[in-house]
Amino acid sequence: MATAVDSRDGHADAFAIAAIIVLGAFFALWGAANATDRAFAIQMWTALTAFLVGGVMLTHQLGRGAVAAVTRYQDGVVKAGVIASMFWGVAGFVVGLVIALQLAFPDIFYFPDFGWTNFGRLRPLHTSAVIFAFGGNVLIATSFYVVQRTCRARLAGGLWPWFVFWGYNFFIVLAGTGYLLGITAGREYAEPPWYADIWLTLVWVVYLLVFLATIWRRQEKHIYVANWFYLAFIVTVALLHIVNNIAIPVSLSGWYSYSLFSGVQDALTQWWYGHNAVGFFLTAGFLGIMYYFIPKRADRPVYSYRLSIIHFWALIFLYIWAGPHHLHYTALPQWAQTLGATFSIMLWMPSWGGMINGLMTLSGAWDKLRTDPVLRMLVVSVAFYGMSTFEGPVMSIRAVNSLSHYTDWTIGHVHSGALGWVGFVSFGALYCLVPWLWKRERLHSNALVEWHFWLSTIGIVLYITSMWISGVMEGLMLRAYNEFGFLQYAFIETVDAKVLLNIIRALGGGLFAVGALVMAYNLWRTATGSAPAHERASDVPAQPAAVAAE
Amino acid sequence: MANSERDEATGMQTTGHEWDGLRELDTPLPRWWLIVFYTSIVAAVIYWVLMPAWPLMNGYTRGVLNWSDRRNVAAEVQALQSARAPMFARLAEASAEGIAADPELQQFAIAAGQSAFGDNCATCHGAGGGGAPGFPVLADNVWIWGGTLADIEQTIRVGVRSSHPEARFSQMPAFGRDGLLSPRQIGDTTEYVISISMARARLTPDRAAAARGGVIYQEQCASCHGGEGAGDRLIGAPSLNDDLWLYGGSRAEIRRQVEQGRGGVMPSWEARFDAGTLRSLAYYVHEMGGGEPDAAPAPLTPPQ
Repeated sequence: MATAVDSRDGHADAFAIAAIIVLGAFFALWGAANATDRAFAIQMWTALTAFLVGGVMLTHQLGRGAVAAVTRYQDGVVKAGVIASMFWGVAGFVVGLVIALQLAFPDIFYFPDFGWTNFGRLRPLHTSAVIFAFGGNVLIATSFYVVQRTCRARLAGGLWPWFVFWGYNFFIVLAGTGYLLGITAGREYAEPPWYADIWLTLVWVVYLLVFLATIWRRQEKHIYVANWFYLAFIVTVALLHIVNNIAIPVSLSGWYSYSLFSGVQDALTQWWYGHNAVGFFLTAGFLGIMYYFIPKRADRPVYSYRLSIIHFWALIFLYIWAGPHHLHYTALPQWAQTLGATFSIMLWMPSWGGMINGLMTLSGAWDKLRTDPVLRMLVVSVAFYGMSTFEGPVMSIRAVNSLSHYTDWTIGHVHSGALGWVGFVSFGALYCLVPWLWKRERLHSNALVEWHFWLSTIGIVLYITSMWISGVMEGLMLRAYNEFGFLQYAFIETVDAKVLLNIIRALGGGLFAVGALVMAYNLWRTATGSAPAHERASDVPAQPAAVAAE
Repeated sequence: MANSERDEATGMQTTGHEWDGLRELDTPLPRWWLIVFYTSIVAAVIYWVLMPAWPLMNGYTRGVLNWSDRRNVAAEVQALQSARAPMFARLAEASAEGIAADPELQQFAIAAGQSAFGDNCATCHGAGGGGAPGFPVLADNVWIWGGTLADIEQTIRVGVRSSHPEARFSQMPAFGRDGLLSPRQIGDTTEYVISISMARARLTPDRAAAARGGVIYQEQCASCHGGEGAGDRLIGAPSLNDDLWLYGGSRAEIRRQVEQGRGGVMPSWEARFDAGTLRSLAYYVHEMGGGEPDAAPAPLTPPQ
């Protein structure tokens, strides 16, 4: 397996990566020279710069003798992932705050002279920054950390894990700057243009191979449950990404492309993708985080092995069917809506299986919640997971959906999952990882973690309650008829009725963003600060020799 | 279960696996969890039996309830249309006075018009017809193309500068941009326009400039806007003798309109609405505050 070759085995990885960089640079140069539009030209110059920087970094790395002790875990790439996560997290939350303010105070935060600051461009920038840039980097970093520890094997593939990290972040930059330039594929959560999609496919396949090869060389008989979830996430996201983004570019030197599908098939493909991005990116991957960091932090065994098996397979099997519930009462045939709704209902308990396993793992250690704010953050994330995976099936019922769809209720639902579950479980994992990776005995300040916890929790509660109220009100107004059967309210009246709730939402989002800044400061001080150095037993593979045993 | 051991806190056995210090308990599945899971599966199966659910080679399982959203919606829309048809028929025959004399018909017309206005017109003209720069106020009694029920309905039907073949059309020259008048002449004309409008109370025109501008006005503007600025609804020339300004009433804004001669586009709604909705929409706008009675004909010639 080519990716499993370590650098000391002849630099095959470095040559392959160099070849990719050279080919990429040539395409970027050709694209910049022949660009049919200005936005594409800027994208290609950006790409060319990135490939040149990548080439310099690779040369520098090889000059230093490529890879240090291969008897150690590969933690450098995990550190890089932690830094990138924190950077993108703060950026994504701040952009989210800006668009919340645009909705709350359109007179102040509307800048007609700067078209790229329009809500339509900043909104995908926000969603992509928090889901793919922040969440994606957290997933890559934690999966690389966890798979090494639980397999007692160094990350496979020599420099390839670094290619995954830099390649993925290059994709983020290309997509994000593209949105600001007005480039979009017009598919929610899949807005990047065709060339960025192709690049991500390459990066993702390498990610899968690195992960599989590391599991392949494990020194444990069984594969730990966290790795099942990570693997399900990586495999399914590859499938979703490729199918949903099949498109024909209008020109190889322009950004525009047409989807291969049309009409309702296109809509269904998009929401099959969209819902499973929630299911496999934001759920399965983060359950992998939960299954490592909660038992580790609580120092307790996982509650039930059997439950983990059953809820894993039930989740995987049922999630993939649930997408059509995004298209209730549309041109989608009713039988497909039925399947989407019923599979969502059946998905309730498999989701809660993960919540039970997370919460009940604290049996015998509940007292730690009083003293350890990081563990509390992890546990509250599971509580939010339970709440939003109950709310989801309820909203998938067609009668409920007829009220909730096209309203702020959906926004509130997404954010209870995104801020509460994905955000908090990521924060908890990062608070664990930074002292471990930078060899510190503890965090710089537990008090600041308390501040972060309460700022964010209050922020989330303000956010989701204001959106529930706003959404239900909006839904009721949109379906109100007068005595003659004419609509009672115009759309603009629903907008007008939501002003105060939009302000409360912005306040909640602001608190969440401030909490993240507190966290960034705390982590920075931990990594660079004065806490005493500390080597953990699990930082050293139990059988270093085993790593070399290819 | 080679290394299975008993966990002190819970009394449960572990599975004997260990990864990086992580172990697992061999706890059985929670009974309530299993029951709810099975119940949700049974509920799903029952729903599949009742409703359209599974695709087949040709078609799909229709369910024993024989339920169809498509059919239900079509029937509901049909029922609503039938229920409203007599009212719309009466509306099509009625004059503004006729509608006002029939409380039931009036309520119906207002309800239908308000609903159509809110989702189609309010975007530009404001929820209460308050207008916006470039989009005329509808809630006052100043009309560019006429304020009787028939005038308003015609404007809605064909639009202004739209692609409709009978569209209402007017074009003011861009006196500044196209170099028809010098900046100084435009300034003078602006002063004159202010002097004949009600804005003179708040903007205090320069008398000497207004006197020079009056000559220019008679040459360039009076043919459309009238010698005293009363406007001409037949050709859509707005009145200038009030204090209502389509593109803003400050001195600078009035001047800019003389320079640029802007004119907006209102779409034709004929293809979008049926005759009944058009009539109710016209009546709703008519009743916003400034509708004119059918009997009094709109002035056909500019007052001299």
